[in-house]
Amino acid sequence: MNRSTLSAAALICLLLGGWEGAVRIWKIPIFILPPPSRILETAVISAPVILPHAAVTGAEICLGILLAMATAVPLAIAMFAKPVLEKALSPFLVASQAIPVFALAPLLVIWLGYGIASKVFMAWIIIFFPITVSLLQGLKSCDPEYRTLFTLMGSPFFKTLGLLYWPWALPQFFAGLRVGVSVATIGAVIGEWVGAQQGLGFLMIQSNARLQTPLVFAAILWLTAMGLILWTLVGMLEKKIITWKS
Amino acid sequence: MLQVTDLAKYYDGQPVFSGFDLHLPAGRFQVLLGPSGCGKTTLFNTLTGVTPKDAGDIVWQGETMSHLGNLCAYMHQKDLLLPWFSLMDNALLPARTRGLDMAAARERTTQLFFRLGLAGFESHRPHQVSGGMRQRCALVRTLMFDRDLTLLDEPLSALDAITRQRLQHLLLLLQTEFSKTILMITHDVDEALLLADDIFLLSPLPMAVTRCFSLALPKPRAFDDPLLLHTKAEILGHLEKGGVS
Repeated sequence: MNRSTLSAAALICLLLGGWEGAVRIWKIPIFILPPPSRILETAVISAPVILPHAAVTGAEICLGILLAMATAVPLAIAMFAKPVLEKALSPFLVASQAIPVFALAPLLVIWLGYGIASKVFMAWIIIFFPITVSLLQGLKSCDPEYRTLFTLMGSPFFKTLGLLYWPWALPQFFAGLRVGVSVATIGAVIGEWVGAQQGLGFLMIQSNARLQTPLVFAAILWLTAMGLILWTLVGMLEKKIITWKS
Repeated sequence: MLQVTDLAKYYDGQPVFSGFDLHLPAGRFQVLLGPSGCGKTTLFNTLTGVTPKDAGDIVWQGETMSHLGNLCAYMHQKDLLLPWFSLMDNALLPARTRGLDMAAARERTTQLFFRLGLAGFESHRPHQVSGGMRQRCALVRTLMFDRDLTLLDEPLSALDAITRQRLQHLLLLLQTEFSKTILMITHDVDEALLLADDIFLLSPLPMAVTRCFSLALPKPRAFDDPLLLHTKAEILGHLEKGGVS
């Protein structure tokens, strides 16, 4: 274990210890702020309750990511191939990010229903943008001397794309995917808050109303764990694919 | 045979070169020798159509062309190898991008790897081998373009002196063994003297040929050949005077 992970672990222990101590010393009621030990206990004991909800939220996030990739990749490539398209579309892309996602959530529920679709769409809106922008930047960052080489080899666009541009852009694509994955949980949970019958966000709203505060925190813990797992998976995938950067 | 007449390229109204003429007979090795930043690379980009020419004619084997983009092989001072491919796959790129028969191309690349001392390194990635080997791989890739006319843009200038000397002999193979017609730009006087049939001295911007030296010496040449040394003295003397005719 290196120094930075060690100091990070030490900081987490310190914070959790302070939290635990403060709750016990001042006898804070559990429905206001449960101690970390109680949260962990609930997260484990209530796992049979939480798990089905986590599975739904996880599915929403994963589908959102897949949908975002399936749309962001062709769009970024199209914008790269046709600069006119980039000029025409980038204002809309930026505007789409200026809309507060919260404001859209109720509408999406009206349009797409209380089921999984509105949440997947919500996650998609959030993830789509960072992937498109990073991938486009990555494609555009290709060294002009390499482009010249491919031009002189008489390479058609899609061959150059596969052999040169795409691998060149992969590190940036993964950077965008990481950002997307780490904010994906937000989209899904907001969607569930507004209207759902299942999912971790739904569980949080329900438990909150019943003052089952430890369960709210347990749901957040599960959500965080899912985000971290996704983040790690993307990192592992990146390491597996990009073998040429040492 | 390549015939260039009255070629011109302007940037912001300023000529990089204008009225530039070049006559390159088949099988000949010509070198454009000039200081860095005199517009040599712009000349290559104009010849290959990477940037459009502003005036002039380019005639290749009797046919007038707008540029030579699809007719010439090209080697740059950077190896321009793709880090995600093995040396073999890098050398195979020209065949792959043109959709040629890959089995035949692979066979030919294997032969060239053997000839240029890269045998056994086919599956290495570029970052696993030395700069000299990377540039040798770039040379194999240049040969795999399978085109008569070869443009060399300071191909060895990024290498150390010892490696460069070894590779100069391999560059010579382009002409002596593979019968290419070669136009090379460089700022290395010794390199020009070792390799060239004709050396054109270039002036700084706007770029123009100020003197031409033809060396009728057999190759490979020795560094201490009297005629070569004599020519070198002439070139250096000319450059010292500011390179102006």
